[in-house]
Amino acid sequence: MELRIDRLRVERCRDLAGAIVAPVEAFIAAHSTVSVERAVLRLLGVDGLTPQDVPLPNAILDAVPLHERARGVAFFFGKALAETGLTPESLGAEFAAGRCNLDDFTATPDDAARRGLAPFVDRALDRIGARRAERAARLGDLPQLPPPLLYVIVASGNIYEDRVAAVAAAEAGAQVIAVIRSTGQSLLDFVPFGPTTEGFGGTYATQANFSIMRAALDDVSEKLGRYVMLTNYASGLCMPEIAVMAAFERLDMLLNDSMYGILFRDINMKRTFVDQHFSRMLNAYSGIIINTGEDNYLTTADAVEQAPAVLASQFINEEFAHRAGLPDGQIGLGDAYEIDPDREDGFLYQVAQAQLAREIFPNAPLKFMPPTKHMTGDIFKGHLIDAMFNLTSVMTGQNIHLCGMPTEAIHTPFIGDRALSLENARYIMSTARHFGDEIAVRPGGIIERRAHDVLALCEALLERVAAMGLMQAIEAALFADVSRTPEGGRGFDGVFEKAPDYWNPFAA
Amino acid sequence: MTRLVRPFGDTSDDGKVQISFTLPVDWSEAADEAARQLAVKMGLSDVQVVEGKAIASGFSFFVIYATTMQAVDVDGITAPSAGAHAMSMEAIDALVRERVGRKIRVAGACIGTDAHTVGIDAILNMKGYKGDYGLERYHEFETHNLGSQVAVEELVRFTKERRIDALLASQAVTQKGSDIKNFTALSELLEAENVRDNVVLICGGPRVTNLLAGELGYDAGFGRGTLPSQVAAFVAVTLAERLAQGRPHW
Repeated sequence: MELRIDRLRVERCRDLAGAIVAPVEAFIAAHSTVSVERAVLRLLGVDGLTPQDVPLPNAILDAVPLHERARGVAFFFGKALAETGLTPESLGAEFAAGRCNLDDFTATPDDAARRGLAPFVDRALDRIGARRAERAARLGDLPQLPPPLLYVIVASGNIYEDRVAAVAAAEAGAQVIAVIRSTGQSLLDFVPFGPTTEGFGGTYATQANFSIMRAALDDVSEKLGRYVMLTNYASGLCMPEIAVMAAFERLDMLLNDSMYGILFRDINMKRTFVDQHFSRMLNAYSGIIINTGEDNYLTTADAVEQAPAVLASQFINEEFAHRAGLPDGQIGLGDAYEIDPDREDGFLYQVAQAQLAREIFPNAPLKFMPPTKHMTGDIFKGHLIDAMFNLTSVMTGQNIHLCGMPTEAIHTPFIGDRALSLENARYIMSTARHFGDEIAVRPGGIIERRAHDVLALCEALLERVAAMGLMQAIEAALFADVSRTPEGGRGFDGVFEKAPDYWNPFAA
Repeated sequence: MTRLVRPFGDTSDDGKVQISFTLPVDWSEAADEAARQLAVKMGLSDVQVVEGKAIASGFSFFVIYATTMQAVDVDGITAPSAGAHAMSMEAIDALVRERVGRKIRVAGACIGTDAHTVGIDAILNMKGYKGDYGLERYHEFETHNLGSQVAVEELVRFTKERRIDALLASQAVTQKGSDIKNFTALSELLEAENVRDNVVLICGGPRVTNLLAGELGYDAGFGRGTLPSQVAAFVAVTLAERLAQGRPHW
């Protein structure tokens, strides 16, 4: 199946995305954020809590005098390391116990800090490199089933219950497990610590929870003879820190979007732009596939009208990702099956959009999200809509397939719901495995015309955004009908301008 | 009058029902029998386990058809719908102009940590839902959509500051009763701040019913499939009635 799309227009869209992102990249290069600095501390090995239950990376950064912060936390922490001769772990523990005042070492020369930190910088990179090599080895020994990779969520709020659900889902055919976060976590300006058993609509993303789930999935991977991937969310106010934790615990994917938090969580845009860049640099190094969140445009507004915005966002996400060093193979651009089921030929529109993304981003592991907006309590109808979604995914060669649940509109999935959903997907994808290779799209027919229209409208939208500037375009509600101001939203107070001698040993 | 009814399978009064569930056991003939006996304990008879299979190690899924001997008196049951007023946008605007005499100030939000704005957006956003325009489109409503994850305290503060006439609280996440807790927290805070009577208080979400809303101390509750005009009509009529009765307001 091939759409005869206008390649020059695709090139023009990429150029426009480059023009849109370039000025934002200049802003990013000149700024850091509190969560970037905390990520640096985590990379160096700082973890744990103070006696007041404040995460140590937060407590240490908060101890940095404001005039020092603009130079980056690395100098500040590195000086204390150099003077005390401690490891980051024991220095963190001393600090937490109140036995060490990091302010005491500000007179130490910068060079000493650089030398003091160097072995721990190497250690962090080695640690991540080892996890990456481990993933590659396991994927070699335990090859995955062919894409679309069947992806399901677990979300009980209790990591130990999630573990049971995840293992059961893997046995029922799941190839990727996502642990949905507790709904409030994206707005927390810290990462909770330790294993957690309480959450709402999901389970807190903590490094301990990552580790528990990774171990369980490694066990079941060996049992099944195929590697089961693990996913979480590098979104919200702590994108860079979660990227560090995920790298250390060998997560395979992370939800990570350049604009999602701005539009849908009212997180400050400058904060998000800076944070997404550093988190994506880390993802690039750790071999983690990002999943972008274009599905959200479709759940909050009409899916047919929003199609050009989805494509425009995919171009922008791709450009931001490239600039952070992510190769195409790690850029899981998103889309969703959200057209109103009452709309005649809605399936044709879905196929057009999915195939359009496939042809424009041939090497990206595209992420396809299931129907949610039009799912009701009628689980039988919902199961049928999910089947059409499954067919669209396999015939257009999507890579990461979030399985729709018949009970989508009712509750977080039951163990039986996941099994039914996976059975549906496995059946459709097996029975129609090569369907897409066998059919040709009628030239000038509904599908091809729709794809051409979406591409043309996307180009027009990107032109408007490029003319205005991305931040101004977001303010003018060009994306998702949501308006956000450059200095509004959550987390703006955590953005700061870098001093001329700013230093982040991991961003060099 | 009573009218007793039973489920209708393929003949009157046959009482046929279908259920499905998962048991935390490996599948075996004994597991099928366990599922059957469980259904019998639920009070069902003629229980047929039409499907029983392993879905993972230690878990089996069952589909059951059975007969219930229970019946309900449908004439003795009422469940008042808050969406009973069927009016067009134009008629609602006209009613507000005539009987309220000023714009109605409406605020809506997903409260607590809930970030699922699909429902509240469908009611408030200009575009609306299923061809029915949202409240932002109405001339006679001044609408504030505060978005997702709005703290109850913040919503009450906003309500007092802007003298909001109608407050719409939305909850999609229902895990461990978080929706009930948040709805209750909002109505209690409004009471504590002495402003409960100043607002038409409405809750909404896929699991909300008007009966539940009443129990929680709300004026109305709107569940799945609600159209914006149903909410708009309820707000307009309720506020107009309150003003006509001379009840205290902002």
